[in-house]
Amino acid sequence: MQLLEFQAKELFREYGINLLESISSTSIEDGRKHAKELGYPFVIKIQVPVGGRGKAGGIQKCQNDDEFELKYPQVMDLTIKGEKARAILLEKMADIKKELYLSIFLNRSKRCYTIIASAEGGVEIESVKNQIIKEVGLGDVSDELAKQVAKEMGLEGITAEQFVDTLKKLSKLTIEKEAELVEINPLAIMQDDSIMALDGKFVTDDNSNFRHPELQKYQEKTAIEEQAEKSGFSLVELDGDIAVVGNGAGLVMSTLDMLSDNGGKPACFLDVGGGATTESVYEALTLISQLPKVKGILVNLYGGIVKTTVVAEAFLKAYENNLIDLPVFSRLKGTESDKAKEMLQGSRTNIFDTVEEAINAAVMGIKK
Amino acid sequence: MTDIFELLKGKPGDPDYENKEVIVQGITGSYGSLHAGKMLEYGTNITAGVTPGKGGQTWNESVPIYNTMQEAVDATDAKISIIFVPAKSFLSAAKDALNAGIKLLVAIPEHVPIRDTMEALDLANKKGATIIGPNTPGIMIPELIKIGIMPPMPFKAGKIAVLSKSGTLLYEISDALTNSGFGQSITIGIGGDPVNGTRLIDAFEMVKDIPDMEGLVIVGEIGGDSEEMLAQRIIDCGFNKPTVAYIAGRAAPKEKRMGHAGAIVMGNYGSAESKVSMFNKANIPVAKRPAEVPVLLAGKMEKSD
Repeated sequence: MQLLEFQAKELFREYGINLLESISSTSIEDGRKHAKELGYPFVIKIQVPVGGRGKAGGIQKCQNDDEFELKYPQVMDLTIKGEKARAILLEKMADIKKELYLSIFLNRSKRCYTIIASAEGGVEIESVKNQIIKEVGLGDVSDELAKQVAKEMGLEGITAEQFVDTLKKLSKLTIEKEAELVEINPLAIMQDDSIMALDGKFVTDDNSNFRHPELQKYQEKTAIEEQAEKSGFSLVELDGDIAVVGNGAGLVMSTLDMLSDNGGKPACFLDVGGGATTESVYEALTLISQLPKVKGILVNLYGGIVKTTVVAEAFLKAYENNLIDLPVFSRLKGTESDKAKEMLQGSRTNIFDTVEEAINAAVMGIKK
Repeated sequence: MTDIFELLKGKPGDPDYENKEVIVQGITGSYGSLHAGKMLEYGTNITAGVTPGKGGQTWNESVPIYNTMQEAVDATDAKISIIFVPAKSFLSAAKDALNAGIKLLVAIPEHVPIRDTMEALDLANKKGATIIGPNTPGIMIPELIKIGIMPPMPFKAGKIAVLSKSGTLLYEISDALTNSGFGQSITIGIGGDPVNGTRLIDAFEMVKDIPDMEGLVIVGEIGGDSEEMLAQRIIDCGFNKPTVAYIAGRAAPKEKRMGHAGAIVMGNYGSAESKVSMFNKANIPVAKRPAEVPVLLAGKMEKSD
């Protein structure tokens, strides 16, 4: 899960990283109140879990009430890369001398924490130039290493001291919260040579959530996605109209690809998982029935450990309870698939031998 | 590099040649017990189980249960262990196994924290052991040994090595291969986590020099850069056996986790395009659909004849 900027900054503040004064708000009324508390000038920044906010007009300066009244609603209404504003952050204006880049992430290939730093920040990571990369192992960043990084960046005096301090605090935060990525971009050198985190990014390792109840409040899954997780399967809502159901993340992704290749638009990714039961698949169908825009269901199942009959039973139960009234296109293969097909004979489920046939029928059937 | 065949099969003349002992950690749990049964049926030689607190009992009327891995290892000649414990207990189970001298650890649990995987790996490196997984369907030499949760029907003994990030796609694509007459010499599920004990590139090193391996199939998915690393390695070492790849997740939106913890595209990092273009550079065709894999492989085989 990727935290919003103001949430990442809450954690930064907890660990003593230097920040500008800021307040987040979720309505213009709140915003007006906070504007008074903070005092002009300040910037307003849209809070979305994606990058590229500046280019999209999501960061605006406000010098007075008139500008605030004009710009706040505009920023609040923006959609950036499909993401709507979760909040607006009001932050004091900074007097910046230079922008730096600093991040620590879990390096998948090297299997250790890795620092990336650069004396040229303020742009997306892909375009950060002259990267200084240091592998850190699994422990804290040492004083020595932090000083080394500051030196390689050409920092001196109080700036170097504060940079070392920031890097060490960032390392502590990363390790204690088991983050996959913590990034400060830009990390600014102010006119008085002090160091200040102007933006913050924090990506959690969701698998370690059980050790971090304090991060639960940042949960940003949709109600349906959360329900799915509780029931032991994985669901991602998408923009199209054909719900895609299967077992195994890879197989479901593969089905989405083939569906998209054939002109279909997936409404969701739903992996019933290795431990699927009739109850859990029924629960999955209940969630699908709550998704708006769904016009049909595509099922691609390779029954290994999961019996295909378990899925067939869930569908029969769903028809019986009038839970779903959508056309279903399914390909069932593997364990007990002959029996499953027999069970679904005469039901509203259309059965196909290959996934290609099921997809073609779904795309054609739903266009009608 | 671990000689995976020596671990799984042994050398001709060994008393346990083609009958290697395996310990099951978490054998009394419902999942562990179910799959221990299925492995036994397949012919895997399970000689001990471990469940703390249940030492002295017997599983399935034949397999002795121990409290710790040290006891289980002392009582057997096993160098292989498979873990079926909740993700929260994975690290302690893995340490128990590695400290007892296990050389091949197959880690089935899903949702293991990355930090725990890294700590287990760190210990495995120090002990000269190999971890497959976590979140893996397992590893098998078809018709000889199965250490994992894979169903038996898609697999047939043969000469193609299949390396896969995804479990069901490993079954699906092996099934398609088998139906086209391509049996498998070995299949390795590396798992869909961001950090794998055995990466695609490590799995490749394990299999690339087997003399009777005639072809290689790589089943990848979006997220991370292990496919790119593998493609680069294949270029660098001049590996020239017929190789075909498949990548799942072309249609997945960016910055959304698609089921697997590792299946996420951040910026352009981990995108399908990046993987496909690297495979193309390595002269490895990438199938659009699972069913296309054996077709492309057959094409490659013909050319190499």
